[in-house]
Amino acid sequence: MNCVALPRMSSKTHSSNNIAHARRTVQQLKIEASIERIKVSKASADLMNYCSEHARNDPLLMGIPTSDNPFKDKKPCTIL
Amino acid sequence: MRSPLTPEMATQEVQLNETLAHLKTESETLKTKLEEERAKLHDVELHQVAEKVEGLGQFVMKTRRTLKGHGNKVLCMDWCKDKRRIVSSSQEHAVTMPCTWVMACAYAPSGCAVACGGLDNKCSVYPLSLDKNENLAAKKKSVAMHTNYLSACSFTNSDMQILTSSGDGTCALWDVESGQLLQSFHGHAADVLCLDLAPSETGNTFVSGGCDKKANVWDMRSGQCIQSFETHESDINSVRYYPSGDAFASGSDDATCRLYDLRADREVAIYSKESIIFGVSSVDFSLSGRLLFGGYNDYTINVWDVLKGTRVSILFGHENRVSTLRVSPDGTAFCTGSWDHTLRIWA
Repeated sequence: MNCVALPRMSSKTHSSNNIAHARRTVQQLKIEASIERIKVSKASADLMNYCSEHARNDPLLMGIPTSDNPFKDKKPCTIL
Repeated sequence: MRSPLTPEMATQEVQLNETLAHLKTESETLKTKLEEERAKLHDVELHQVAEKVEGLGQFVMKTRRTLKGHGNKVLCMDWCKDKRRIVSSSQEHAVTMPCTWVMACAYAPSGCAVACGGLDNKCSVYPLSLDKNENLAAKKKSVAMHTNYLSACSFTNSDMQILTSSGDGTCALWDVESGQLLQSFHGHAADVLCLDLAPSETGNTFVSGGCDKKANVWDMRSGQCIQSFETHESDINSVRYYPSGDAFASGSDDATCRLYDLRADREVAIYSKESIIFGVSSVDFSLSGRLLFGGYNDYTINVWDVLKGTRVSILFGHENRVSTLRVSPDGTAFCTGSWDHTLRIWA
């Protein structure tokens, strides 16, 4: 079986790739560190408000009457 | 055999190593600063604020329909926006889909086409027709091309663009008509397993989750990762935006679901129990965001109170792993797909 010898990356190229990657990581972290944030208490209050404002329009939460839900089987009608 | 270093090369190598060490130190410093900034705003827990919210009563949810007919594990499904139709791997419930190794599928917003792909490393778009005799395979259009499996796909707000995620560690945005790559998203260190687009009112962002345990939020126009969250202890299999767009939930092989608030820039809730030890494959919210549904590898569905952090229901029925779960667009039901070859509709 023939073995193909792969050209070995020079140590300089390998280090340059690592440096490029490290520079990108630093750049990315700078972007993430600089964003504006709000307090968890405020964020939580907003999530709660959204839930309560939309609760009545949430069929799975409220449960809708069997007759209105197209996926629930309708009871058979019997004629007396 | 390495060629011997000349004195000049040796000096350069030392300099490069010093630069690398310097950059790594800077990285660590920035990471610490990031955690400090996040911690400053961590004044309370979500479930504490939610103590004043009324508790949820008993939930009675049952399987209302079981869709059989797959010869195989169901790996993915999607709802059509306008009609009560579903596409799932291998079969669209009106027309048979000519794909067999599908890991991802999505309905076009118009309802006129579906996109799917998987082990072929591609995402292809198929027009839909009610004519069962029409050979759809002939009309397929290859849109996306990755260098590893396609894990997820989603149309943006029109039939014209598709967002994909792949085992090759990237996400990408494609023009459907030309197949052109419009933007690529690099930053995950391993396979990307899932993605979800932000609700259209909140702008052009999406979230992705991967085998690197990270959930990343991306700007679709610039390709930039704008926020990153790394609190899960294993692969993230599913991500889904909270309906307001201000938060997203994730499901992971670490057996937990978590909620991340984008404006607080941190995890704000964990949905877990000691008795739940199997991974979560798929998550979705009810319309108001109060309920979080999770499909698990132990064949069950757990329903969580998003605000209080407690489980409100556990649903049984599937006879193998639940692999996919989606709430219907009108919020009246949710659908699960399983390795037991069936789809179930719950309400």
